[in-house]
Amino acid sequence: MSGYSRSEPLARTAPMEANVRKGVTPASQSHRLPGDGIIDRRLPLQFSFDGKTMTGFAGDTLASALVANGVKLVGRSFKYHRPRGIVTAGSEEPSALVEMRTGARREPNTRATTQELYDGLIANSQNRWPSLRRDFMSINQLFAPIFVAGFYYKTFMWPAKFWESIYEPMIRRAAGLGKSAELPDPDHYDKAWAHCDVLVVGAGPAGLSAALAAGRAGSRVILVEEDTLIGGRLLSDGGEIDGLDAREWLRGAARELVSLPNVRIMTRTALFGVYDGGTYAALERVSDNVAMPDRHQVRQRIWRIVAKRSVVTAGAIERPIVFPGNDRPGVMMASAVRTYVNRFAALPGKRVALFTNNDDGWRTVETIERAGAHIVAVIDPRHEVPAQYQRLVDTYDLRVLAGVVSEVKGGVDGVRSIVVANDKNGLTQRIDTDCLAVSGGWNPNVGLSCFHRGKPTWREDIAAFVPGSAPKGMATAGAANGELSLSACLREGHGAGARAAAECGAAGKPGEASKADDEVYAIAPLWHVKGKGKAFVDFQHDVTASDVTLAQREGFESVEHLKRYTTLGMATDQGKTSNINGLAIMAEATGRTIPETGTTIYRPPYAPVAIGAFAGHHRDENFHATRLTPSHHWAAKQGAVFVDTGLWKRAQWYPRAGEKDWLETVTREVLAVRNGVGFCDVSTLGKVDVRGADAGVFLDRVYINSFSNLAVGKARYGLMLREDGIVYDDGTTSRLAEDHYFLTTTTAKAGPVMQHLEFCRQVLFPELDVQLTSATDQWAQFSIAGPNTRNLLRALADPSEDLTNEGFPFMGAREVKLRGGVTARLFRISFSGEMAFEISVPARYGAAMAENLMIAGKPYGVTPYGTEALGVMRIEKGHVAGPELNGTTTADDLGLGKMMSKKKDFIGRVMAGREALTAPNRQVVVGIKPIDKARRLRSGAHVIPKGAIPGPQTDQGYVTSVCFSPMLDQWIGLGLVERGRERTGEIIRIHDPLRNEDYEAEICSPVFYDPEGVRQRG
Amino acid sequence: MRIACPFCGERENGEFTYLGDASPKRPNFAVDGGESPERVEDAFYDYVYLRDNVAGVMREYWYHGGGCRSWLVAERNTVTHEFISVTAAPGAGAASAVRAGE
Repeated sequence: MSGYSRSEPLARTAPMEANVRKGVTPASQSHRLPGDGIIDRRLPLQFSFDGKTMTGFAGDTLASALVANGVKLVGRSFKYHRPRGIVTAGSEEPSALVEMRTGARREPNTRATTQELYDGLIANSQNRWPSLRRDFMSINQLFAPIFVAGFYYKTFMWPAKFWESIYEPMIRRAAGLGKSAELPDPDHYDKAWAHCDVLVVGAGPAGLSAALAAGRAGSRVILVEEDTLIGGRLLSDGGEIDGLDAREWLRGAARELVSLPNVRIMTRTALFGVYDGGTYAALERVSDNVAMPDRHQVRQRIWRIVAKRSVVTAGAIERPIVFPGNDRPGVMMASAVRTYVNRFAALPGKRVALFTNNDDGWRTVETIERAGAHIVAVIDPRHEVPAQYQRLVDTYDLRVLAGVVSEVKGGVDGVRSIVVANDKNGLTQRIDTDCLAVSGGWNPNVGLSCFHRGKPTWREDIAAFVPGSAPKGMATAGAANGELSLSACLREGHGAGARAAAECGAAGKPGEASKADDEVYAIAPLWHVKGKGKAFVDFQHDVTASDVTLAQREGFESVEHLKRYTTLGMATDQGKTSNINGLAIMAEATGRTIPETGTTIYRPPYAPVAIGAFAGHHRDENFHATRLTPSHHWAAKQGAVFVDTGLWKRAQWYPRAGEKDWLETVTREVLAVRNGVGFCDVSTLGKVDVRGADAGVFLDRVYINSFSNLAVGKARYGLMLREDGIVYDDGTTSRLAEDHYFLTTTTAKAGPVMQHLEFCRQVLFPELDVQLTSATDQWAQFSIAGPNTRNLLRALADPSEDLTNEGFPFMGAREVKLRGGVTARLFRISFSGEMAFEISVPARYGAAMAENLMIAGKPYGVTPYGTEALGVMRIEKGHVAGPELNGTTTADDLGLGKMMSKKKDFIGRVMAGREALTAPNRQVVVGIKPIDKARRLRSGAHVIPKGAIPGPQTDQGYVTSVCFSPMLDQWIGLGLVERGRERTGEIIRIHDPLRNEDYEAEICSPVFYDPEGVRQRG
Repeated sequence: MRIACPFCGERENGEFTYLGDASPKRPNFAVDGGESPERVEDAFYDYVYLRDNVAGVMREYWYHGGGCRSWLVAERNTVTHEFISVTAAPGAGAASAVRAGE
C-alpha cells in the first residue's frame, strides 16, 4: 500500500498511545456491554454532550458512545421540534445531527453516527431552546394541523414586503439545523488526484472480494471505504466465510490486500460523485477524528480518482417503516441495533421489541438475546415465522405477534411502550419496551450508478430498486446490486473484480471466490401503517405520510413535484432512508405501481461535502495565482501601493510622506513626467515573439492595418478585431528582423490573444510559415517618459548607441547595448504623449533595471510612477484602453476607422462592414469636460442632450474613463457618445442617478493635451 | 472529462478550452476578386453565427492551453460526452508549415 492515506484499515488491537489510562468501564456507560466489540477498552475517551461529561472508548462513534451512556434524546426535529434520537449507525443517519466543536471550528449537522469519538470531543444538540429537554419551539407540534406541506408557500405570501423583513428572519430563527461558525475556518483543505485501473467503492464482503480478485490479477486497485474500518456489515453481523468466523476472514483479507503493492486502501473516504470519462470524486476525512488537525495537516481532502473500471459495492440501506410515532427516540433500525451491540458493545435497549417485514430483521433476536437483553416481542405482518428462524422461537421462548405497530408511547426520553394491532382481526395490545428495532427491508445503494441519469429498475422479489444501466466502465455487485445474501456478495464481488481487472488487461489469476452458506431473504412489502398520530417519512425534514397524501390531493403527483412541495429527501441526508417510502406512499395514493411512480433524479454529492473541501487551498491570498512584475519587490521597498489587475499586482502609485491623498501623489507623478522624467513597469503587457518567413503576412491577417510593409527597426500601433467586426485588442508591434516581429497585447488580453493567434496560425492559416512564442514573462519592460528621457538613457546605454532624434526617431525599435554589456530592446513609443522609450531587458535584470533607472535619472529628478499616473496621461492624450475596448466598439467608434486596410482580408473585415456597425448614429469616443471646473466627473454617468428628460429614450451614451488632469487643472474624461465627433463644442447634460448628480459638460476632442503630438516627437 | 491530446496524452478537461463547432470553414475571398459583397457577407455571416445544435457526435475545437498550446479537433458525443477521436489541427505542433493544397 503506497498510501499517503494514513488511516489504518484494520481494527486496533494494541494501544495507540503510550500513556494508556487504565480503567474499568466508567459508571456513566450504563449501557456498555462486557462483550468484545471492536472498541479498545484500554483507551477510554472523555467527551461532552450538551455540557455533560461522559466517556467512551477508542473505536466508538459519538452515536455509539451516546448509546453506551444510555442517552436516547439527541436532538429536536427541524419543523415540529419533536424529540429525536439515533435511528441508524451509518452515513444515512437522518436524525442524530449534532453541532460539533466550538468557535471557529463549530460545524452543524454532523452525523453522530459517523463522527469518530476522540478525547475532548465537544458536541451539542441542535434546534432546541432553551434546552434539549424543555424546548420552547416544540409548541410547533400544537400547530401541527396547519404546519403541513407547502405551509410556507401558502402562508407567507402576502404582503410581499413582509417576506424579507419579517417572515424570512422569523422562519430562519425557528427552523434550520444548527448554527455554522461565524469565524473564518482555521483549517486547511486539500485536493488531490489518484489514478488506478479498478476503483472499488465500499469495503464490505463484496468490495473486499472485488479488490482481492482485481488485486491478485495484477490491476492497480484503489479501494475506498467511508467507514474507519473495512468490513461493512461483517463488522456488525458476522457470519461464517470459508469456514472461518467473519472477523477472522476479514483479518486475513485485510492482510492480503495490504500485502499487495498494487492495492491501495483508503478508509474514511466517501465516494460522492461520478463524472465523465471514468473520473470519480471522493472526500477523505483526514483529521475529523481528532480535536484539531496536526500541524501542517489538512482537515479534509477531496480526491479526484481516474479509473479505467469501477466496481460499486456500496451495499444497501435498511429502510424504516412509516407508522405513527416512528420518530420517537428509541425507535431504531434493526441493523443499527445489531451494529451498536456487536461492533460497539453498546446496548440501545434492555427490553427490545422487533418490528420486521423481512427475514433479515430476525437476525436481531439472537444479537439481543446473546447480549443478555431481551426481545419482548417480534411483530411481523407476514403472519408466519421464517423457517430459518423457527428455532429462535423455541430457544428464546419468543413472543411473536402477527400484525403491525400502530402507536408508540413515551416521553422525551424515548419509547416506553408500543401498541401492536393485528391487521386481520383489528385487536390491539400494548407492549412495554425501551427500544423498538425496525426493519422495512433493504434499499440497494443505487445512487452512484444513477448519477449519469441512469434509471434504477424495480425488483419485486426484494421490493426495492436495483441499478439499471450504470455509467460506462462501472459495474455493481453485492447488496448494491440487490444481492443481499453474504454468499452472493462474495461471489458477485469476486466476479466483478476479476472482470474489471481483465478488461484493464491484467493477466494474473484472480483466485477463488470466498464462500458462505446461502441464506434466504424473503420480504412482504409494508410501507405505511395508517393510524392516529404523525407517521414520519423524512425524519430530517419532518415530512409525514399525510404530507405526501396531501401533496397528491393538491396535484403534486410527480415525484419531482412531491419532492419540492414537501421537501421530502431535500435535507442533508438526501432522503437515503426516506425517498423510497415517500414514493411508495405516493404510488399507493395514486393507484400506480412503484416503478410507474418512479424515482427522482439522483445527483451528486452522495454525501455532504464542506464547501471548504471544494475550495481546498484556493482561498484568501491563494484564491488565485499571483503574478509579480520583475520590479515588484523594488517597488514595494519604495512604498508603492499595489492594485490587482487580473492575476498581476501592479504599482498603482508611490506615496511620499506628507501627501494627503492618492490624488496628490498621482498629480505629482504626472507633473514629474511631463516636466522631467519618470518610469513605469509595463512588463504585464502581453508579449509574443512572431517568427518565420510569413510573419508579416500573418500579422496582416490578424490586424486591421498592415505589418508586412513595416520597415525593420520600426514599431507600429496595431488594432485587431474579432471575426464579428468588434475591436478585440490593441498594442504595438515592432519588426526586429526581416522574419522577426515582437508583438505586444494589453495586460488583460495577453492570454486570450495568444490563444486567438494560435487559432489563426494552426487552424485558419496553417499554410503560413510562422511560429509564435509567448514571451510575456521573459522580458521586463519599462516605459521611460518625459523631456529628460534621452538624458537618462544616455547614462544607461553604451556611448556608441545613437539616441538622437535622427539616430533613433519616433517609432524606432532596435536592440541596444547597455553599459555593462546587457543587450536590451529599445522602442521609441509613447503612451503618455511625452518624449518616451520603452526598454526591455531579460526578466532577471528587471529589479536591477529599476535601481539603475533611479541612479541614472537622479540628476533629472527621476520619478517612478504607477498605473494611475499612466492612466491620467493616456486620458489626457485621448488614447483608448480597456473601458473603451469594451467588446461593443468598432475601430471607427474608437476614431481608428482609417487604420482599416482596404487592400487585404483580415479577421473581422467583412463583418465590420455590416450596416449596424457602420451606422452614422453610433456612439463614438469623445472628450468630455464639465463646465464647472470644480466638478468631479465620474465614469458610468450618462450623457443626455441638454434640456431632455433623462430616460432610455434620451440616453446618448456614457462616460467611460475619467481622471483629474493636472495639465488642465480639472476633471476630464472620455466617453462614448452618439454622433459624438460631429458634436464637438456642444453642451450636454451628465446625469448620474446612482450618485444623484446632474450637471453640464462640453463635448471636446479626446486629445486634451498636445494635440499636434510635438512633445513625443521632440 | 478526459481528453487525449495527441501530443501530451490523456489529460483532465480543465487544461483545455472549448471553442465550438469545427465544421464551419472561414470563407476565402480575394479582396479585388470582383466577388459580390453581399455574397461574401452572407458567407461570413454563416461562418460566424450559424451553428447546428447537434445531439450526438460533433466535431469541435479544443485548445490545450494548459499544456502544449495546440488546437485540437475532437469528435465528441454531446449526449454522452464520450470522445471518439482527438486529432491535431493542421498547423498544430512545431512542424513546418503546411503548404496550401497539402
